[in-house]
Amino acid sequence: MSANIIEVKNLEYKYGDFKAVDGVSFFVREGEIFSFLGPNGAGKSTVINILTTLLPVQKGTAFVAGYDLAREPEQVRRSIGIVFQDETLDRDLTVWESLELHGRIYSMPKDERRQRIDEIIKLVELEEKRDVRTRNLSGGMKRRLEIGRGLMTRPKVLFLDEPTIGLDTQTRRRMWDYIKMVNESGTTIFLTTHYMDEADLVSNWIDIVDHGKIIASGNPTDLKDALGRDMIYLQTSDDEATKNMLQGFKAVMDVKATTQGLVVTINTDGTHCLPLIMNRLKEKGIEIISVNLKKPTLDDVFVHHTGRDIRNAGAEKLHRIQPRGGK
Amino acid sequence: MAYEFATIYWRDMLRFVRFRIALVASLIQPALWMALYGAAMSSNFSRLGSGMVVPVGAVTVSYLTFMGAGVIALTTLFTSLFGGITLLFDKNWGLMRELLASPMPRNHIIVGIGLSGVTKSFIQVMVIMGFGLVIGVRFFQGYTLLQTVGAILGVLLFVGIFSLGFLFLSSAISMSMETPEGLQAVITLLTLPLFFASNALYPIDAFPGPVRILSQFNPMTHLVNGVRYFAVGNDFYAIGTHYVYTTNDLLISLLALMAFAAVMFLVAWRVFKKAVVT
Repeated sequence: MSANIIEVKNLEYKYGDFKAVDGVSFFVREGEIFSFLGPNGAGKSTVINILTTLLPVQKGTAFVAGYDLAREPEQVRRSIGIVFQDETLDRDLTVWESLELHGRIYSMPKDERRQRIDEIIKLVELEEKRDVRTRNLSGGMKRRLEIGRGLMTRPKVLFLDEPTIGLDTQTRRRMWDYIKMVNESGTTIFLTTHYMDEADLVSNWIDIVDHGKIIASGNPTDLKDALGRDMIYLQTSDDEATKNMLQGFKAVMDVKATTQGLVVTINTDGTHCLPLIMNRLKEKGIEIISVNLKKPTLDDVFVHHTGRDIRNAGAEKLHRIQPRGGK
Repeated sequence: MAYEFATIYWRDMLRFVRFRIALVASLIQPALWMALYGAAMSSNFSRLGSGMVVPVGAVTVSYLTFMGAGVIALTTLFTSLFGGITLLFDKNWGLMRELLASPMPRNHIIVGIGLSGVTKSFIQVMVIMGFGLVIGVRFFQGYTLLQTVGAILGVLLFVGIFSLGFLFLSSAISMSMETPEGLQAVITLLTLPLFFASNALYPIDAFPGPVRILSQFNPMTHLVNGVRYFAVGNDFYAIGTHYVYTTNDLLISLLALMAFAAVMFLVAWRVFKKAVVT
């Protein structure tokens, strides 16, 4: 068996005439945290649903944990754990019963099952909620229970579809601690998330998908570095002239005009480069309205490749480009 | 080893005992049928039928006893048709994806829901028979204890197979429906003809031709035949009709119910195999 725990080649999926997945190929190495990112409607969910056997393989091949999804879906099911994006708990069962149900439908022998339930309840710190019905748990507790449930059968791969959506910051941070802990004990993690900062923090590898195709692939550092070392957000009295002037700079890789000013990507240290630019502008008599310097984030990588912000809101983009205290 | 259906059963029964209100309501309804409709019709029929000549050797039974079997059938029909509704809720708001993504074969879901539904029907039927005896339904007249036990098992056999058939149908409908409202509408639509085009409340001999033929294919009619055979007897006289059930009649009804349940299982299986819940 190869060291790749997931191998997908030329995967296609059509809903009627609509091609949701258009020839996607990628792989996930054993033991890593792999993030699968993309805007809504990019084909992300379809790929996850295929990999977790909820949708059939229409075209292409996909192997999970060494098993062919098309021919051995049951073996795949036994090898994976899934935490679905939406809650999939019976609200009228208790925490213990939810895990018992899971162990039983995965045919775990009774002794092993009972022992594992105790371990899992401890792992996700729900000891005091053991006999509480899941409808009475907080959002964070439910998610922890679902993650624990996904781990019960000691899966080789754990699929996490937006595991932290709708949770508060503190709970989210704890959730990542769990996920990292689980990963350190040997489980490969396949992750989707809307929170770029979180993906940046935890992932070993990131694939970005859009319009049914993989459009960028790499570890978070490389992906960000490819955008340049620093980014300068600049608003001036004459953006057009500024742009022309900046394009003469050797350090400047790219200047993009937006409605909120210019975004300048440079390949040197911005703390030294920025004063030079500002001096030159002053010499030319161009007034600077606002300026901001920052490192490219995964958000920028995402916008760069997809042309869209991962969240549909435009407000965040505006906020970033027009720094606080500006104009 | 494939005992996963027992897990589905276990889970559905857990929910059943947790929602006592649903259990109580499902028992009050048949009690009201018998206490109100049964009592009223019974006194009317005895007035109307007072002048009729009872055939020699036939035992006359009261209308209340006659319709007791119908109430058992009606209750079983209701409970079973709604028995699959959990699946719709699971599909829309919960556990279904977890079940479908598991290695458990999907027909275990159908079987598990079927068996828990049958259990619920058994509980109801036992309670109805007990309540019936209290208000004057004369079931198991002149039976020895052993005969009574045998007759109860016979009733439960018919109820069980009938119930399975409608639970499979209910599961298939629930799995294909998007909303509880749609399910409710379909089930209500089904209940009415099933109930009235049957021999549950009155003899079918007096039905207009087409309805009579329809009623002979109605699983309700076959269930009521079985229940009357075991609970009332194979030769009795009620509301102007002389009922004689032969062993053959009984077997035909049993086979009809088994065929019905088998077909419904295949329908449900097909729906589940094709089901995509993402």
